[in-house]
Amino acid sequence: MEDTLFKILDYGVYGTAVLVILIGLYGALVKRSLLKIVIGLSIIDSGINLLLVAIGYLKGGTAPIFSPGYLDNPKIMVDPIPQALVLTAIVIGFGVTAVALALVIRLYRHHGTLHIDEIRNLKW
Amino acid sequence: MKKFVVILLLAVMGYYISITFFDIGFGDSHLVEGVVPVKDAYLNETVNSLNVANTVTSIVVNFRGFDTLGEVTVLFLAVTALGGILYKKRHQAGERSVLFSASKVVTSGSKLLFPAIVLLGAYVFIHGHLSPGGGFQGGVIIATGFLLMLLAYENFTVGHNTLSVIESLAGITFAGVGIWGLIYGGSFLENFLPVGTLNDLFSGGVIPIIYIAVGFKVAAELTGVIYTVLHEKG
Amino acid sequence: MIGAAVYSIRQKDLLYATIATGIISLVLSVLFYLLQAPDVALTEAAIGVALTTIIFIITIRNTVRYEDEHDNKEKFKSGVK
Repeated sequence: MEDTLFKILDYGVYGTAVLVILIGLYGALVKRSLLKIVIGLSIIDSGINLLLVAIGYLKGGTAPIFSPGYLDNPKIMVDPIPQALVLTAIVIGFGVTAVALALVIRLYRHHGTLHIDEIRNLKW
Repeated sequence: MKKFVVILLLAVMGYYISITFFDIGFGDSHLVEGVVPVKDAYLNETVNSLNVANTVTSIVVNFRGFDTLGEVTVLFLAVTALGGILYKKRHQAGERSVLFSASKVVTSGSKLLFPAIVLLGAYVFIHGHLSPGGGFQGGVIIATGFLLMLLAYENFTVGHNTLSVIESLAGITFAGVGIWGLIYGGSFLENFLPVGTLNDLFSGGVIPIIYIAVGFKVAAELTGVIYTVLHEKG
Repeated sequence: MIGAAVYSIRQKDLLYATIATGIISLVLSVLFYLLQAPDVALTEAAIGVALTTIIFIITIRNTVRYEDEHDNKEKFKSGVK
């Protein structure tokens, strides 16, 4: 019983990440407003970043920074490779969001609405 | 009805993703018998032959330096695309800017805070190889400082020419260091400076130089993004 | 964090939804710190909380605030564009 409980707590991070990804995907699929779709995409981004960092976690590990005289044993350090990957992914994600929002502004200026059904019905 | 189908689809997807990750296991040391993981190689190399304290920095700048060059290029392309998409003839009648003048308290406070924020950003990217932080984080913090000034002062301007000169110089430094390594070390971004001692400010060879260049480049690019979007007239 | 995500998807007022995504980023950066990734936590705190939120707010200011709003059609047809 207790083992199961601890296991559920341990996998809480994975569960949170997967749920956040699914919520963002739901928003991007169901909502009809362009801004809501961009918000959904940025939520998916957050969830994937959390998932990647969680894969590299080591139980009882330390941050991958060496400091002489303290705990600097490479064996108990957290995996640094997903962290470097996520560092890049966050900055690129911001660039993608900025370009998407610029396109949204441009579409609004052209059509006067953000509802994608109406945009589809309008003439260019 | 449509929502129901989507929820059902997502539930099936979530079930299979969860099953996969329960198999991987949280906090285990995903080791395969008899194989030395890349992680150990990177960690040993970082502390023994590069003398850099922060492993994430050494991976981003040294082992995966080419990816970082590509990433900075992608950011540059994003800024260019933003300027191209939002291009519009200025000075049309009946338009109102997003900006309006802030109150006295906000302007005085931002004037006080701005140097401190820029100093924090510079500290973060100069010490990127010693402590958590680095070029990307420091650049973003400096861009936040410029954002504060742009919001507080209605007619605070950042010269586009200055930004592009800083950005180009930083990019040339990055690529130049890489090519210098190609000439002296035999491969792109090879280390050609003495590595110094661990936890010294001047350690790690070319890593601090490249990270400072990345910091300037990211700060200039993100300030350009904010400036373009803020001066967009709706 | 899940609550903030659900709120930001369900909320009709896009300004509140944007603030909720800022809260997601804040919780996410605390989680990164707890997962022993201080570099990533710094980046997420600076980009997610400050820059993404402000760029969304500027876009909302330039377009519409509510999700189902169909305004400004007349203005655009009369050639103010």
